[in-house]
Amino acid sequence: MNLFYFVAFLSIFFSLLVIFSKNPVYSVLFLIVTFFTFSVHYILLNAQFLAIVNFIVYMGAIMVLFLFVLMLLNLNKDTEPMKSSLLKIAGVVSGLCLLLTLVGAVKSLNVSEPLILKDPGIGLVKNLGKVLFNEFLLPFEVSSILLFSAMVGSVLLAKKDPKKI
Amino acid sequence: MEAVTQSIQGVPLNHYILLSAIIFSIGVMGVLIRRNAIIIFMSIELMLNAVNLLFTAFSAHRGDAAGQVFVFFVMALAAAEVAIGLAIIVMIYRNTNSTDINVLNRLKW
Repeated sequence: MNLFYFVAFLSIFFSLLVIFSKNPVYSVLFLIVTFFTFSVHYILLNAQFLAIVNFIVYMGAIMVLFLFVLMLLNLNKDTEPMKSSLLKIAGVVSGLCLLLTLVGAVKSLNVSEPLILKDPGIGLVKNLGKVLFNEFLLPFEVSSILLFSAMVGSVLLAKKDPKKI
Repeated sequence: MEAVTQSIQGVPLNHYILLSAIIFSIGVMGVLIRRNAIIIFMSIELMLNAVNLLFTAFSAHRGDAAGQVFVFFVMALAAAEVAIGLAIIVMIYRNTNSTDINVLNRLKW
């Protein structure tokens, strides 16, 4: 039980560091640590498939993509554009207002029963695969089309125009 | 495995909702206070991950595997979104030599 609160504290701490660090490279590295704490959350919830997928897809693929783009664009602390402090304070205040609204809504719900894993084997690969390939077969196939179109689109967008060279 | 899952027993569901709300608000704050387009993308990733965690918590609480399948779909969507978004950022950087979103105000009329 205490492990959850410790990992939750780490998630909040590192996600704050993501948005407040000046250097974009540090932001990416803190984001990787945040995703690692999310993986720990998934393991605590016994969603082992999601923990591994989070580890491979987010920390492996997406973060490497971010780091590669940062490397290609040659951004650093000196070129980092910052907003004026008035706009920053306004942004923080409005974010806190959103948080206050959400917390108030949760308080009025009054559901506070402890989380009990009714079926501990629900997040294992076997069970999730059965659900994925029976009930969600069509969305699964459509997501492959989504990924394919994203791949074609990003190659077309990032490629240099051959007529200009 | 028993010891790991036992450590989660007794955490109220409300605390998962609160944690996700806090992470989501941090993502919204990041979108509002930063001007670097890449960091705005990272904040959107934070928001998506907060929702994923809440999906998983509810799925484990209700004993329904559909929530975890949805997290899988959200991850596929996030991968596609990041690929397209970073390609657009690379194209903008090639044209303007900056990833500052204020440069994009020349898009307006």
